Amino acid sequence: MQSETLNKRPFHSDASGFYGDFGGAFIPEMLYANVEELRNNYLEIIGSADFQKDYQKLLRNYVGRPTPLYEAGNLSKRYGARIFLKREDLNHTGAHKINNTVGQVLLARKLGKKRIIAETGAGQHGVATATVCALMQMECIVYMGSVDMERQAPNVARMRMLGAKVVPALSGSRTLKDATNEAIRDWINNPESTHYIIGSVVGPHPYPDLVARLQAVISEEIKAQLLSETGNPNPDYVIACVGGGSNAAGAFYHFLDAPEVKLIGAEAAGEGISSGKTAASLVVGKKGIIHGCLTSLMQTEDGQIVEPHSISAGLDYPGIGPLHAHLHQTHRALYYSITDNEAIKAAFELSETEGIIPALETAHALAVLEKLQLKTTDKVVVNLSGRGDKDLSTYMKILESR
Amino acid sequence: MKRLDQLLMNKNSRVVNIYFTAGYPSLDSTMSIISLLEKHGAGLIEVGMPFSDPLADGPVIQESSRIALENGMNTDLLFEQLKSLRTVSQIPVVLMGYLNPVLQYGMEKFLSMASSCGIDGLILPDLPPEVYESQYISLFEKHEIYPIFLITPQTKQERIHYLDSLSKGFLYAVSSSSTTGGKSGFNKDHLAYFERLASTDLKNPLMIGFGISNNESLETVFRYASGAIVGSAFIKNLNEKTEDFGIPAFMNHLLNKTK
Repeated sequence: MQSETLNKRPFHSDASGFYGDFGGAFIPEMLYANVEELRNNYLEIIGSADFQKDYQKLLRNYVGRPTPLYEAGNLSKRYGARIFLKREDLNHTGAHKINNTVGQVLLARKLGKKRIIAETGAGQHGVATATVCALMQMECIVYMGSVDMERQAPNVARMRMLGAKVVPALSGSRTLKDATNEAIRDWINNPESTHYIIGSVVGPHPYPDLVARLQAVISEEIKAQLLSETGNPNPDYVIACVGGGSNAAGAFYHFLDAPEVKLIGAEAAGEGISSGKTAASLVVGKKGIIHGCLTSLMQTEDGQIVEPHSISAGLDYPGIGPLHAHLHQTHRALYYSITDNEAIKAAFELSETEGIIPALETAHALAVLEKLQLKTTDKVVVNLSGRGDKDLSTYMKILESR
Repeated sequence: MKRLDQLLMNKNSRVVNIYFTAGYPSLDSTMSIISLLEKHGAGLIEVGMPFSDPLADGPVIQESSRIALENGMNTDLLFEQLKSLRTVSQIPVVLMGYLNPVLQYGMEKFLSMASSCGIDGLILPDLPPEVYESQYISLFEKHEIYPIFLITPQTKQERIHYLDSLSKGFLYAVSSSSTTGGKSGFNKDHLAYFERLASTDLKNPLMIGFGISNNESLETVFRYASGAIVGSAFIKNLNEKTEDFGIPAFMNHLLNKTK
């Protein structure tokens, strides 16, 4: 068997952080020292026995891993295939985001940092960061677009109760992209004391690789669970929603080099890909730079970044992780665009058929099911990235209008 | 000899370098501002190209960029305005902006247009020097546009020399680890950093920017560097309501002239 070196794994980043044509670290010199410190140390730290011991212990006893792989009987009947739900919604704080924040706070501690900053869209990453900071007694500042603070008010309250300072981002569309700008500005102004926990597989190298590695526990568990459940570690399909793409990166990670596993991402089409109100970066985007990363980017002809739209605050990002831009370009993964309405329909369907209320983000992945031509023998894993409590106000509006 | 080299021949050039955002306060103010700045004591001008997501900039430049874009500024229009640059002004002018709009325009086309307008240099803070070296160096040379790189107090000595070796015209030292328009004035740490830079053997003249908003901070910087860069303080004082944008008053105040 060939040894797994970086160069022989076409779907992993190279030493400069490039996934094929995408990735890199297009950052101003003001960020160079911070990013370089992280780049020089992350692989060694997260690979060390010491780190792994703490990380695995917290994932098990604090986060509640491994999460179940649940064979959804009613959904399977409806779609005529074996459908498995990877229950990331059952993690502490209700989403996959905490896999990353546990790892990065431990990493920050090893780097001697005292202060943690983060950006958040739906608030799930912010809550996951605030939670782990409370646990480890670190100062925590979360930047959140003021529009998102309104539509995700329960998560703002959670973060505050956990002791984090939530700072509204008031520029641009006042959503995830702008919160990320503010977090980066904070990091420029506080280079030595602070670690920036990016919540997705975006940003400058090494973040896309770091976050993917910390989320890879999802596919590691899927393999083991499928093996014991079906006798084969590989499913026919893995489906996950993609904003920046961290839950998808984690769900795909250990299947990237297994071409028989079809990988499917669900982007947010918003009101439709030609409506002008969309977040489907791979469809309407062109190659460009956002937050230090060369990727598929929604932008004007003049290279100004376009404001995205999605009903789910966690998916409205005008870029996408460079891993996904690469998987898309090489056709290793397929990406569907799911509209707001399709996502809502899928959220109600899962609630009614399986008794599980999914996050609006996750509902985009579920909406892919009816678009596939499935065989009864097909094994399909849908990554159930988060639970729907935070979206109840949106769901209630739909219920009232029914 | 090139305009930038000529300007900065002497260590004690005491050059005042003013940054402003093209398209702010109004869409067609670019050439008037350049001409007023030259007349009132600027030795060098940085024309900022507005970007939707200026992540290295503080509130003042964010706001001027937002308004400039709202006014309709874009790369084509800027070059259209700059066509008459050399009939209006003879001091060095460099362009500064973020990489993405330049990439969308096309690096070669951008450099060629800049060169034909008489632009002297280009500052792209998010263009990594390694990428410049491997992909763009010959294009910059072909079109005779000087690349100018930034260093910060966190930049290690070895990397300072690397960035200095790639820069032409001058090396841009950021006075502190911050976004633009931060705290004004300098403390002991700043001075120690300036001291270290002044005693570093650099190929290029040094210009210091960030945190310079008045005559006192300007004079401090002149003790260590060939020039000082003023951005946010200038933009904050731009006054659309007067014909001269308040530029003579600002420059006189900055240079401590009493007329």
